[in-house]
Amino acid sequence: MEALITWLDSRLADNSIFTLQTLSYYGEGLVTTVQLVFLSLVLGLVAAVPLAIGRGAKRRWVRLPIFLYCYVFRGTPLLVQLYLIYYGVVFVEGIQETWLWVILEKPFVPALIAFTLNTAAYTTEIFHGAIKATAKGEIEAARAYGMSQRLMMRRIIIPSAFRRALPAYGNEVIFMLHASAIASVVTIMDLTGAARFVYARFYAPFEAFLFVAAIYLCLTFAILYLFRYLEKRLLAHLKPASG
Amino acid sequence: MADTPIPLEVRNITKRFGDTEVLKGLSLEARKGDVITLIGASGSGKSTFLRCMNLLEQPNEGELIVHGEPIIFKQTRHGREPADWKQVVRIRAKLSMVFQSFNLWAHMTLLENVIEAPVHVLGKPKKEAIEHARALLERVGLAAHADYYPAQMSGGQQQRGAIARALAMDPEVMLFDEPTSALDPELVGDVLKVMRDLAEEGRTMIVVTHEMAFARDVSTQVIYLHQGHVEEAGPPDQVLGNPRSERLKQFLAPKH
Repeated sequence: MEALITWLDSRLADNSIFTLQTLSYYGEGLVTTVQLVFLSLVLGLVAAVPLAIGRGAKRRWVRLPIFLYCYVFRGTPLLVQLYLIYYGVVFVEGIQETWLWVILEKPFVPALIAFTLNTAAYTTEIFHGAIKATAKGEIEAARAYGMSQRLMMRRIIIPSAFRRALPAYGNEVIFMLHASAIASVVTIMDLTGAARFVYARFYAPFEAFLFVAAIYLCLTFAILYLFRYLEKRLLAHLKPASG
Repeated sequence: MADTPIPLEVRNITKRFGDTEVLKGLSLEARKGDVITLIGASGSGKSTFLRCMNLLEQPNEGELIVHGEPIIFKQTRHGREPADWKQVVRIRAKLSMVFQSFNLWAHMTLLENVIEAPVHVLGKPKKEAIEHARALLERVGLAAHADYYPAQMSGGQQQRGAIARALAMDPEVMLFDEPTSALDPELVGDVLKVMRDLAEEGRTMIVVTHEMAFARDVSTQVIYLHQGHVEEAGPPDQVLGNPRSERLKQFLAPKH
């Protein structure tokens, strides 16, 4: 580690922008971005599974609120949702006296809430579509073999829908990574926030933003490869025999 | 001997889709070892009749008695429904169905398909279920295909796999819904052979089919349906060899 830093320092010696100091901004930004995106995706995914099941429920009072939630969060810009939560929360009567204020005061949690609600809405729709696309014959076979609704959901519909949803969900993950750049407008020092800081400090737009673009690109490729691997493993059943 | 309950009794089933009455009071009694084939033109109601037997369709009237246990119905505002879905689930597990389009679960390997219901519906230990499944796959000639996914197999292999899945339930009665109709002609033979073997070992089977040779050679009883009622029924050599009704004669006449 020591040796690495010395080496890096020597490589950066004749360069006024990318010093160890600015690189550490980018490094911290990377950590924040990854935390924000990862947490919101995990929470969104956990919420989306029951929501997607409820979205297709027979009962109107289950189905309708979920439909409205998805409709609103997919129908409005994420930036507006973020502003509403970040700036709006201050005006909630008496919130500043509660313990909640300690976490809501900083921008990270409001941003996490906005991102989670947004990705949960999209993921719900993706899963709902995949559940609806379950082959009728497979459902019929499950019923004919004595499965209850619940067992059929757990053993047949969800596992097969999850696999079908994988490519679309991969896109949603990449979309969330890129959308997370707007966290920087509510003063979060994520990757884009770090880039803006470096730009402002050195007035060097190309260096500051091309560098951050390259980092986003690397992250995108990592996600693409992860999903390609998952698809290869989990979608093996859709490929014909290799011989 | 009179104490052994009859595997499946169906009494006066009627079924309506909207205003159209597709089943007009059909009855059937499948005793142990019976192979009953249902024949008839498309639209005669034979598949619907079969699907009423395991309640994939809800009959509007009539009784179902599975292994001595009558299914209890109740009237709701949506029409007549089984009163106790737990009972339906239990009864369905005794009546395995083989479908025209196989309907294997695509995200599972063949072996997983075969053990799925025994393990998760009947609560059989997994190890035991796997052993049983391998023996069944061996029987239908698919021992080497246990780890294949349905999409990697031919239609005939999928259907034989589906038969193994049905056998894994140790069913009272096996219901076959046109099991060879979706197959390429050269694949039909393997599936029919498996079914003949099952009939010979004394399985109780109800088969909706267009395979007249199978009906003639294998069944103990042939029922010819026409527009939702039984036009003619009896032993195969009588119904197929010496049909009385004009319609059945026409139905059986060789088509060019």
